[in-house]
Amino acid sequence: MRFAVLQFPASNCDQDCVHAVRVLGHQADLLWHKETSLGAAEAVIIPGGFSYGDYLRCGAIARFSPVMQAVQRFAAAGGLVLGICNGFQILCEAGLLPGALIRNRSLQFRCEQVFLKTANYDTPFTRAIPRDRVLKIPIAHGEGCYFADEPTLQTLEANGQILWQYCSAAGELTEAANPNGSLRNIAGICNATRNVAGLMPHPDRACEAILGSTDGRYILESMIAALAPRALAA
Amino acid sequence: MKASIIITPKKAVLDPQGKTVRGALEHLGYTGITDVRVGKYLEIELSGVDRETARRQLDEACHRFLSNPVIEDYRLEIHD
Repeated sequence: MRFAVLQFPASNCDQDCVHAVRVLGHQADLLWHKETSLGAAEAVIIPGGFSYGDYLRCGAIARFSPVMQAVQRFAAAGGLVLGICNGFQILCEAGLLPGALIRNRSLQFRCEQVFLKTANYDTPFTRAIPRDRVLKIPIAHGEGCYFADEPTLQTLEANGQILWQYCSAAGELTEAANPNGSLRNIAGICNATRNVAGLMPHPDRACEAILGSTDGRYILESMIAALAPRALAA
Repeated sequence: MKASIIITPKKAVLDPQGKTVRGALEHLGYTGITDVRVGKYLEIELSGVDRETARRQLDEACHRFLSNPVIEDYRLEIHD
């Protein structure tokens, strides 16, 4: 499979994402923010970092970049898009995902391993995750508190758009396990058509045993599994 | 011509910065403060556009870009 990894000024997890995809035996190409086409990419990863210095709001400027216009078209045509950390913030700013990510309730920048419960296994981003497995994946952010108004949260729940929630090692959704104050312990969501997803934790930093966890692989492998039938049909 | 834009977190949105500043003000002995919200202030200089055009354009920019309507409110003022 061929992934495009976007690169904005001050992206800093672009190389991590490229590395993670290659570790899984697939192709990843970096794509500069001024590009207007995604080329032959079969999926897009918007990596973590501080695009455009996080000026104004996280992701607010990146969303208007030329490459994001191409991502909008790609997503509208059903293409798979995964936003990680700053990538999640960009997708929310772009209106491709509902809600927003605001300052952590503690005001702290949190950099640590967290545990995630998968709330919906029937999506291109979760299908390869073993049932009932609690994922251990690191976070590193200061503005990852997921916020949406109550009707939006109810819609997300009703449509199965909540993909991952912060939980304890035992899989319980507790306040203590929530590192940033996200409503409903939300760590990641997808859009209504299930082809665009974002999460604050970094699966790209959890694909090799030396990094302390390989659980991030399940998320990328889910995308790869979802793309396989598409590649055959093409 | 100048424009000033004040952006604040919506009432329904938790503002941990405002809460912390309020706590610090109390700690310093300032009384009677019931709420603090921390936002942003933008000063914009304009030329070659009339007042109405400036207002219309900046109002659109506030909604589309300068503020995020999911979490923020804005107040736009145009000055001569």
